[in-house]
Amino acid sequence: MPDAATGEVVIRFEGVTKTFKGMESPALESVTGEMRTGVITGLVGPDGAGKTTLLRLIAGLMEPDSGKIETLGYDPIVNAGAIRGEVGYMPQKFGLYEDLTVMENLTLQADLRHVTGKEREESFERLLTFTDLKRFTGRFAGKLSGGMKQKLGLACALLGKPKLLLLDEPGVGVDPISRRELWGMVEDLVNQGIGVVWSTAYLDEAELCGTTVVLNEGKLLFTGTPREIAEPLVGRCLQLREPGEKKRRLLTKALSRPEVSDGTIQGHSLRLTFRKGCERFDPKEIGAADGAEWVEVKPRFEDAFIDLLGGGPSGESVLAAHTHQIDQDGATVIEATHLTKQFGDFKATDDVTFQVTRGEIYGLLGPNGAGKSTTFKMMCGLLVPTGGTAKVVGLDLRHSGSQARQKLGYMAQKFSLYGNLSVMENLEFFSGIYGLTGKRQREKTTEMAEIFHLKPFLNAKTDSLSLGYKQRLALACSVMHEPDILFLDEPTSGVDPVTRREFWTHINGLVERGVTVMVTTHFMDEAEYCDRIGLVFRGQLIANGTPDELKESVATQENPDPTMEDAFIELVTGKEEPK
Amino acid sequence: MKGEHRTSNERASVGFSLRRLKALCWKETLQIFRDPSSNLIAFVLPLVLIFVFGYGINLDTPVLRIGLLNEASGTEADGFAKALQGTPSMEIRHYEDRKSLETDITHSQIRGFVIIPEDFSRLMKQQSDTAPLQVVADGSEPNTAQFVGAYINGVWQTWMMQRAQDRGEELKREFSLEARYWYNPSANSRNFLIPGSITVIMTVIGALLTSLVVAREWERGTMEALLASPITRTEFLLSKIIPYYILGMVSLAMCVAAARFIMGVPFRGGPPALFVTGSFFLLSVLGIGLAISTATKNQFNAAQAALNAAFLPAMMLSGFIYEISSMPAFLRGVTHLIPARYFVSSIQTIFQVGSPWKVLMPDILFLMGSAAFFLGLTARLTKRRME
Amino acid sequence: MNFFHRIRALVVKELQSVVGSPSSRTLLIMPVILQTLLFPNAATLEVKNASIAIYNRDTGETANELVQRFAQCDAFTEVIPIHSQAALDDSIESQQAMLAVSIPEDFSRQVANGETGAVQVLLDGRRSNGAQIAMSYLQQITENFMKERAAEKGHAMPSETITRYWFNPNLDFKNFLLPNLVAIITTIGALILTALSVAREREQGTFDQLLVSPLTPEMVMIGKGVPAMLVAFFQATLILCAAVFIYHVPFRGSLFLLYSGMFFYSLSLVGVGLLISSVCNTQQQAFLGAFSFMMPAMMLSGFASPVENMPKWLQNLTWPNPVRHFVEIVKEVFLKDASAERVFHLILPLALISACTIGCASIMFRKKTA
Repeated sequence: MPDAATGEVVIRFEGVTKTFKGMESPALESVTGEMRTGVITGLVGPDGAGKTTLLRLIAGLMEPDSGKIETLGYDPIVNAGAIRGEVGYMPQKFGLYEDLTVMENLTLQADLRHVTGKEREESFERLLTFTDLKRFTGRFAGKLSGGMKQKLGLACALLGKPKLLLLDEPGVGVDPISRRELWGMVEDLVNQGIGVVWSTAYLDEAELCGTTVVLNEGKLLFTGTPREIAEPLVGRCLQLREPGEKKRRLLTKALSRPEVSDGTIQGHSLRLTFRKGCERFDPKEIGAADGAEWVEVKPRFEDAFIDLLGGGPSGESVLAAHTHQIDQDGATVIEATHLTKQFGDFKATDDVTFQVTRGEIYGLLGPNGAGKSTTFKMMCGLLVPTGGTAKVVGLDLRHSGSQARQKLGYMAQKFSLYGNLSVMENLEFFSGIYGLTGKRQREKTTEMAEIFHLKPFLNAKTDSLSLGYKQRLALACSVMHEPDILFLDEPTSGVDPVTRREFWTHINGLVERGVTVMVTTHFMDEAEYCDRIGLVFRGQLIANGTPDELKESVATQENPDPTMEDAFIELVTGKEEPK
Repeated sequence: MKGEHRTSNERASVGFSLRRLKALCWKETLQIFRDPSSNLIAFVLPLVLIFVFGYGINLDTPVLRIGLLNEASGTEADGFAKALQGTPSMEIRHYEDRKSLETDITHSQIRGFVIIPEDFSRLMKQQSDTAPLQVVADGSEPNTAQFVGAYINGVWQTWMMQRAQDRGEELKREFSLEARYWYNPSANSRNFLIPGSITVIMTVIGALLTSLVVAREWERGTMEALLASPITRTEFLLSKIIPYYILGMVSLAMCVAAARFIMGVPFRGGPPALFVTGSFFLLSVLGIGLAISTATKNQFNAAQAALNAAFLPAMMLSGFIYEISSMPAFLRGVTHLIPARYFVSSIQTIFQVGSPWKVLMPDILFLMGSAAFFLGLTARLTKRRME
Repeated sequence: MNFFHRIRALVVKELQSVVGSPSSRTLLIMPVILQTLLFPNAATLEVKNASIAIYNRDTGETANELVQRFAQCDAFTEVIPIHSQAALDDSIESQQAMLAVSIPEDFSRQVANGETGAVQVLLDGRRSNGAQIAMSYLQQITENFMKERAAEKGHAMPSETITRYWFNPNLDFKNFLLPNLVAIITTIGALILTALSVAREREQGTFDQLLVSPLTPEMVMIGKGVPAMLVAFFQATLILCAAVFIYHVPFRGSLFLLYSGMFFYSLSLVGVGLLISSVCNTQQQAFLGAFSFMMPAMMLSGFASPVENMPKWLQNLTWPNPVRHFVEIVKEVFLKDASAERVFHLILPLALISACTIGCASIMFRKKTA
């Protein structure tokens, strides 16, 4: 791969500031940097960091309040016409017409860019082969899977052979395999001399970029290669292997130590980041088992990011402290048997069977469109299975009365509170429909507001909150009635890593209290928090076990210590081969 | 290879392109045909509405239900009762007591009643300006009530004339008014309501449907992709106008055909006049719809705004049901700003009179102006950038 | 008790989201204000400010006096003197005049000779309704003129019937329109609110959130229905007040009966709205669906023209139309002081419609969610 410094500069921005009407803080605040050909430039940051705004400014779709931008040597506003034909831009929702077919979408974009005659035939042939969409040319774009939509979006952006490609979060809602495929395609383009900017909220994706521009809350946090960002953390990231049972309690204790700035669970192990200059402590001090040992690990992009933000939250969950203890009776509380859901001739969920016992975190892992959400919705009683049964505490939620549903909490995939109500009104509403009244209701809402740091926003419209606070409120609303079972559908999607840590602290705390949690995620590292994982692919449950079991099952000589993503890809491709 | 793609990019970047326009129009057309709700609005609703307006709204009372209480006994009273019964435009119901008459008029079972009093024959012998009858109409339906009064008086006058003639007396009228309804000799309200309703239908298609289209592109994120491509503002606007223009003209033709051949409304004008006025009116409402859509960028608000800004005025202030001249001066002034007003007056002329260009010209000129204004406004509101 | 707490939470939430944001608050009140100002002034079938063209070829005194009387009529604010047949024709064709009076040369002579003098009136058939009404004004004027002349000469004239107009003695069109408006405006508010609010919850994903909660589909439906009904009551009350206090329409009936009718009417609207929303997935579909129902329903309600003027088959088809029944209720309670028995009779179809639509909607809801 060519060095970042040797490529030709395609984008230059200096002191760029952009403020939107009605927003208190600017979306971008005097951001400076440049982007070159030769490598994939990652534009990295959580939702609301200003990534999309910067891309739009570069593409000439918006005018900056102040500062200078140069795209391919032109001012994107003054010479808009000059850059339009040279820049391929893929917006967040891919910019596809869902009611047009794949071919119709391509033809439209080709016509818009005057790719005609022989050139068009060649491009279509090349792009359809490249994206492997040939078999689907007659399908409506709305009926494509996330990965296919994204490839089509890329194909559309590539028509007319642009010199610069701007991809706005192409990895959202796409499974790791499609993501790797796409990554490969984009790398090809880079090698052809095209400049590529890839924006992402996934820090594991950022890790792969040749160089990165990291934003947070509109401010530039860092520019440089992933290696450079992780540099200061070398030697500070350690894994505590074989700490014994009670890993969650251990993590809580570890996080409360002054030496530790951040920590997560990785299967059976703990992964901790130490503060600068702090020595590792004896594992026994936090009550680890005898065989526990420290192993130094390579710092990740995420560790560096959290370090730049000043470390993760403390490990104590105030929420758990306010939750009643549920008896550990070891009962099976969630049970799917031969669960099947058919839409037309398409099986969204195909013969899925699993059980979850009380006090467990069960994770459904899988790409979007794999059937994870469908399975999840059947479990909550939101969808009728075509075959098989879905039972929660021994009851089918569709038929069982309110009482059974009173016992569960649900947090939907996409933010689904009332945006036009205030935070307080949402809290009151959700406590109200779960039957909390009077003093008890008042106590509980104040308590939630305190735990989730919502106090300053109680009278603000929910729509005006940042994504992190929205998700906090959503979690608050789903646990307010102290449910025994918690269904969380991608609870941390798009949220910054620090808030994600906070969420998992709460989830871990609740599980300690005996709450059973069923969670879906496409963050591979989050899967590590789960006691057991079900891997869903093409509607089927292709693997079911503890994170370590899954990882071990794919360990080879060359890769003795595979990551969760390796395991995922290995298991899925292994499944694909026999066809 | 390198040189080749350069040329394509250069081609793409310069000004207006017919190819791009064609591609965008085709896309828009596919979307219209694939969305069930726009199909409903574009093809089903116009026909439903023309039937609703054609059969449901009728300002001429076909048959009035009138109650009759004959308290008198005598040949004269019976004679008048018979005359009433013989009138084809009235359905006479006989009553035995006042109480039930009153109940039925309160319950809207009858729209008026006539009581022939006990001493009818005696009163008839006296000279009087007013007939010795008690006539009551239901004022809660003012339009119908007026007809009730007029019809009964008509029957009475005819009967009196006949009575005088039979007795060899002469009751002379010094002068008479002879009414002639031009263009619509039977004064059938359908003949003006149905053409007028086409205005409302076209407004629904032109403004309500288009109010959603630009907003939809914003909401679905496709606008961003379009803005990043080399299309020009003109191409974008034309691609929103042309398909809906064709759609609107097709439904205009459909409505006119239904009015002429199914509802039997005479159509005396020529297709050219219809085409010209229809085109400019349609362009005006398309302009209103698109301007709203562009300004709001939100389907829900756009639809609400279109309802209030285009549909209601077309219903209320276009002169289609309600006489503009009867409105207060302020509102009369407002109606001059409403394109629908001009189209109502010209389409009624085209249907019933023909194509007198001299008469249509002022309307056409105004519609041209309003089309230019609203489309110009849309163009001004359409930004080549986001925000 | 829990049931009511939960319903209350739903209702409060719905009202907060309606009243909470300035834009939806505006949508709630603005149309009501706009329409109560606009409709009564715009919608009238009376004729005022009409223009009349007069072509008087006779120089006689009788003709002149007749012309004078026509010109002085309040309904005609513009009198266009005409001096040729062509100009007369033109005045109608170009819509300068709604009607044109043509008095023949020998008119006064004919009258003097004891013959009946004939005056020709040309009317614009494009506006036949207005023209007909204007024509009746002319008739009245002529009639009075003849009477006066007869009285002077001591002749007898054929007598006339005098019609008394019950419930609205002066045939004030506003007295007819405003009660109708109560029905029409509440229709728009309640229907759009119910139809769209469910679709919006679906689009925003909050609907799933409700379904996994202990609420039953029936409770969710009640939670959607009650706020819409409250809004309908609120809007109706606004118009009612405007009608009585601003437009001085006499309210003769019982408020209790009116609100009872209102209850069942808004219930049936909620039913229709829920039915629409149960088959629609997006707000756009719900809006267009509600519009497609509302337009014909309002047109065929007896508000634009009486139901009895429709062909028989269409009259029967309007039975399932809730607007039709409520228009009747408001008008009769408002102007005719309808009896409880009568109102009950009119409420019956509304109750039936509500039962059907709400029943269907709840089946559809269960089907969709189950």
